[in-house]
Amino acid sequence: MACEHDFAVIGGGLVGGAIAYGLARLGRRVCLYDEGDVAHRASRGNFGLVWVQGKGQGLAPYGSWTQRSVRRFAEFAALLREDTGIDVALEQPGGFHLCLSAAELAHRVDQLTRLVAQPGFEGYAFDVLDRAALAPRLPGLGPQVVGATYCRLDGHLNPLRLFRALHAAFLERGGTYRPNARVETITRRGGAFALRTATGRVEAGQVVLAAGLGNATLAPQAGLTATVRPQRGMIVVLERVRRFLEYPLATLRQTDEGTVLIGDSQEEVGFDETLATAVLATLASRAVQVFPFLRDARVNRTWAALRVMSPDGFPIYEQSASAPGAFVATCHSGVTLAAAHALELAPRIAAGELGADLSAFSSERLDVPKAA
Amino acid sequence: MTLPAACDVVVVGAGPGGLAAAVECARDGAATVILDEQAGPGGQIYRGITTTPMQKREVLGADYWHGAPLVAALRSSAATYVPRASAFAVTRADGGGFEVGVAGDGAAALMRAGHVILATGALERPFPIPGWTLPGVITAGAAQILLKSAGLVPEAPVVLAGTGPLLYLVAAQFARVGAAVDCLLDTTPPGRLREAFPHAAAFLTSPYVAKGVALLRQARASTRIVRGVERLEAIGGQRLTSVRYTVAGRATEIPVRALLLHQGVVPDINLSNAIGCHHRWDDAQRCFAPVVDAWGATSVAGITIAGDGAGIAGAQAAEARGTLAGLHALAALGRIDSGERDARAANAQAHVARWTRGRAFVDALYRPADAFRLPQGDTVVCRCEEITAQQVIATAKQGCPGPNQMKSFLRCGMGPCQGRLCGLTVTELIARERGIAPADVGYYRLRFPVKPITLGELASLPQTTESTQAVVRMKAH
Amino acid sequence: MYRRLPDAAAGARAVMVTIDGQAFAARDGDTVAATLLAAGYDACRTTPVTSAPRGPYCLMGVCFDCLAVIDGRPNQQTCLIPVRAGMRIERQQGAAAFGPAAASAPDSR
Repeated sequence: MACEHDFAVIGGGLVGGAIAYGLARLGRRVCLYDEGDVAHRASRGNFGLVWVQGKGQGLAPYGSWTQRSVRRFAEFAALLREDTGIDVALEQPGGFHLCLSAAELAHRVDQLTRLVAQPGFEGYAFDVLDRAALAPRLPGLGPQVVGATYCRLDGHLNPLRLFRALHAAFLERGGTYRPNARVETITRRGGAFALRTATGRVEAGQVVLAAGLGNATLAPQAGLTATVRPQRGMIVVLERVRRFLEYPLATLRQTDEGTVLIGDSQEEVGFDETLATAVLATLASRAVQVFPFLRDARVNRTWAALRVMSPDGFPIYEQSASAPGAFVATCHSGVTLAAAHALELAPRIAAGELGADLSAFSSERLDVPKAA
Repeated sequence: MTLPAACDVVVVGAGPGGLAAAVECARDGAATVILDEQAGPGGQIYRGITTTPMQKREVLGADYWHGAPLVAALRSSAATYVPRASAFAVTRADGGGFEVGVAGDGAAALMRAGHVILATGALERPFPIPGWTLPGVITAGAAQILLKSAGLVPEAPVVLAGTGPLLYLVAAQFARVGAAVDCLLDTTPPGRLREAFPHAAAFLTSPYVAKGVALLRQARASTRIVRGVERLEAIGGQRLTSVRYTVAGRATEIPVRALLLHQGVVPDINLSNAIGCHHRWDDAQRCFAPVVDAWGATSVAGITIAGDGAGIAGAQAAEARGTLAGLHALAALGRIDSGERDARAANAQAHVARWTRGRAFVDALYRPADAFRLPQGDTVVCRCEEITAQQVIATAKQGCPGPNQMKSFLRCGMGPCQGRLCGLTVTELIARERGIAPADVGYYRLRFPVKPITLGELASLPQTTESTQAVVRMKAH
Repeated sequence: MYRRLPDAAAGARAVMVTIDGQAFAARDGDTVAATLLAAGYDACRTTPVTSAPRGPYCLMGVCFDCLAVIDGRPNQQTCLIPVRAGMRIERQQGAAAFGPAAASAPDSR
């Protein structure tokens, strides 16, 4: 099964989908390769935050990259809507990171202060609110909430709708989608790339590796590095409830449909996607502290998904030196960075040059031991 | 809810499979707990058997009252019966055995169990016709439950519709109490008898033939049967007002107050699926069922299934399979050796053989027609999220590979019923659209909780130091 | 639109409840769903997505269409809950409302 395409994008999640859409928008012929129906699929476990505050400690360019994506998100959402009719329900009213003790709040403020003070960091304002200031914005807030930090740039959207919109928009722009076609090997063939997939051999002029955890084994085949590991995160989802929350919180948000998502946990357990009741209990217990009236709301379902984590938690964007035309893109904030991936990264991939400002995200940084 | 902290065997469900399993385990002195979502034992087939106001035996019939001694056996056993308690999760416990999450009466708790027997039984196959979500449309099984548990019958005009022996039973039962239905719209497609014929020999020498013949005769005497119904539509605004049915291309519309739908039952696989047991597509019964051996053992060691939850075979077979599951659990726990297990199983095994004989004929005869399993247009497929057939089909056409991706795209299957009323429809619609077998399409991947639990109840479950550390309070994203 | 058979009416113990504020004599032993049907309510709620009317469908706890508000708690599966003296049963409009949302007037959201 030959496939005459300029680009093969490997991985049909939010990262691959956004890049593929961006390339298709530029008129490139793109084929998007995806696994089957049952897969690790980090993109089915997204929380939905479009989030700035707190990001970039240790890598100032990440703060800038995140802000750039967030600034262009409204434009991006409008493009998707224009192409597909799908509204991803983007809301950017600013977001809160709640703290349940004075120590927590002090630590948080300290953390953000140090963050924006980093050399080269593109600063932004954040507010520190005490309980009295919070209460009118978050009715029904539990007595244990001591305060919060608020950043006007933060927001959220419907991640499943984003996922669907990316796929639909990609097709609308002439892209080819191949599901059930897990890519097993990549080899260079002349100036192009040959892929062996679950359904046969294909060729493409250039390849973009956006296969999440699968990048770890695929990247070396294209002269790239993607040392990523799984990190389990769990989400508790409540039934639809009448609207009570107008802002996203770092660990709790009410969707446009009325359901409530509660996160956020991090566990290093390898490729284990099973649920741990204790973790769910902890997530639930914190949520009940934040909004005690949610005690009687019903848990509709729970998710465990595997985040795609690089060693320092920051994205890896790189172009292969030994195999020109091969790119890798991996991150664990596929929602927040979707706009940047489609509108900034894709054009650079199309031009064959990632640019100096993205050099901070090459895997070379991971070889350098970090200064204490 | 009074729940022991630990037990040897937990049985989930108190229908014939669960009752028999619990009795067998308790008889041996194993600490046995039987969890029942309902307020009283009997499952659905023997629903309300300890409290029914319909005490005259001939009303509900001998098959129903067969459940009474089974419930009595549970009562006199040492098993702990916990009513109004739902098992919402089953996970492996550190150090062996399982942790069962149980919710009931506003509380939740974890119980340790050495062995788990799932006896969650069956539920009605989805019957997606236009208007099936209107108030006034209920399942035939639901009508039976109202009769058995509350002595309530729908006001005339009442119409039964679908395919399968339950329709005839309900028609007969209603006639016995002076509430005969106006007609029975039989959607059994023509030619089914011919298709079922290869299994006729087994059927003719099974206990089902006499029952079947008698039932059919009673049904014919109880109501008007309209055969060869090709299309059905429930019509109404705020509630059901009429039913339109089509026979040989001609449509007729009749006023109704209640429409009772039934086209067979299918295993309730949500708990076995969430646990991670392997399932297979049963092409004869057009549904997914857990993969089990002759004892009911699943692909997950320590999890055994008793009764219709492992594959539809009826109440009598369920009871016998419950006994086998109980014996298997006892052997797995080392309380009896395999020799004793086999010796004690002989009777039950003979029962299973007797009561599964002839099922293939019944399954083939009453397999629902494609038209009623594969809806079109505006017909609601996912009742919870109100997703239509047209939406599912359009999304499948866009290349959506399976039901889990479909769920992400459309939200179908994301409602509280967790796909119980839409899963099979979605799988079959995708299969037809992609031109592949349902077995290759697969089914929703379920996760705990498989039954409702509130956030407060979840929060009340035990936490650990690890779980606290995992829930990061302050981090750089 | 359901009627009680004589065998069930005889010897039945009445349990006083309210349905949407109106007093109703329920039958001891009935579920709340059966009570609503016996009282003449085919629909117990409207859906959150389209405000469509829904009533009990399966009566065995799997369809989640029989949801209503019981003693102020929304989204209760009425087919699984036995009726009790003094119980306040209300038909549910749309999504469940908790906390600040419960205080405001019901809307169609």
